[in-house]
Amino acid sequence: MILVSTIRRILTQLRHDPRTIAMIIVVPTLLITLIYFMYEGTPGAFDRIALIMLGVFPFIVMFLITSIAMLRERTNGTLERLFTTPVGKLDLLFGYGVAFGLAAALQAAVAAGFAYGVLGMDTAGSIGLVVLIAVANAVLGVALGLLCSAFARTEFQAVQFMPVVVAPQLLLCGLFVARDQMAGWLQAISNVLPLSYSVEALTEVGAHAEATGTMWRDLIVVVGAIIVALALGAATLRRRTA
Amino acid sequence: MSDNAIEVRDLVIKRGKRTVLDGFTCTIPHGSVTGLLGPSGSGKTTLMRAIVGVQLINEGRVTVLGHPAGSAPLRRRIGYVTQAPSVYADLTVRENARYFASLYRLTAKDADDAIEAVGLSSHAGQLVAELSGGQRSRASLVCAIVGRPDVLVLDEPTVGQDPVLRDELWDQFRRLAADGATVLVSSHVMDEANRCDRLLLIREGMLIADDTPAAVKRSAGTDDLDQAFLRLIRDQEVAAK
Repeated sequence: MILVSTIRRILTQLRHDPRTIAMIIVVPTLLITLIYFMYEGTPGAFDRIALIMLGVFPFIVMFLITSIAMLRERTNGTLERLFTTPVGKLDLLFGYGVAFGLAAALQAAVAAGFAYGVLGMDTAGSIGLVVLIAVANAVLGVALGLLCSAFARTEFQAVQFMPVVVAPQLLLCGLFVARDQMAGWLQAISNVLPLSYSVEALTEVGAHAEATGTMWRDLIVVVGAIIVALALGAATLRRRTA
Repeated sequence: MSDNAIEVRDLVIKRGKRTVLDGFTCTIPHGSVTGLLGPSGSGKTTLMRAIVGVQLINEGRVTVLGHPAGSAPLRRRIGYVTQAPSVYADLTVRENARYFASLYRLTAKDADDAIEAVGLSSHAGQLVAELSGGQRSRASLVCAIVGRPDVLVLDEPTVGQDPVLRDELWDQFRRLAADGATVLVSSHVMDEANRCDRLLLIREGMLIADDTPAAVKRSAGTDDLDQAFLRLIRDQEVAAK
């Protein structure tokens, strides 16, 4: 019950901030449109890149939103106060995971719907799988954001974690250089970064009509990474502090 | 169970290199309003954090209602108002109150009653961010009293409140204590001390006095609590030499 009211509380906070909601929903769609015009003359390029971007945007946006939101809980004293109440750590972690996961589902559905419906994006696999992987990515962003907020004392620091956490994953996920063409050590790094797996899963959806075994395996890896990040995040939440 | 709602024994708390509390011992009786008084930096907030169980402690023991401070059974029975209002600024007063009510499995009606009790009903639908400083700290108070706690710990709740309102808040604390709650209020305003059943005077992490306001004044030989505090400090310094 505490979990449900925590989810509701976080979504209500979001609802009081229409500008943020508008940006969550509109920005990815605008960027996908930009990609559409960038690659207008190159057949197939838009389908390939937009597909990956549909997975990457929710990851970046939710990472940022979550790390700031959690940092606010810490600096405003609400976290300390919650820890004097019956709230459990998992209520908070899953509260953020589910609330922002829902926001991400909406974001992904709008962006994917626009890409497929208006911009004529075409993949062998279904839009449903694309949205599913995008939501998994978003929740991964939430989980990493919760974890990273523990290491930031100010909003300035929290924002700096984005290039640290997001940029290497983006560079090495196979979008810029195919992973099997990278130097061995880069590939090894790429192999331990969760985004590599979600990008591979999306590529599988792009190439195959039905969900493949590789895609499911990749999705399981992403879910595993979410669980690890949440567990580490729980370890950083301390009821008692100095 | 003992007569004391809160027992602090030989508490040592260090923050960084500084020892904030060094072997602090005190007891707080059930159903009373106890004032924790002392200058800022004297260790009031640290002691309160130890009592509500969010402070790491180095040595000693804090017992609240017979349980170790911060233990799970206490979390339904304790209310804590931090010095800076810790409510969600991007929620309305009512939404804040309802969220905290839900943590104790209470209803929206309970939340509205708590808002009414601190005189914020006319602002219930307003975002906390839009409220004045005094209203904000009352919103924070709402979220602490909504769970009808047996122990209420308030860190400088009357700062920035207008005199009429401050008076009402103290009436409210007295009512809560009359209903059986144990209320611990910190303040650095001495005129508020007269409204407490007991006073704990604290300075540089040391307990200087632990008595009723009348007895504190009597032992210092003055009718003015400010003066009494000063004399007790001087007496203690003389004794230390």
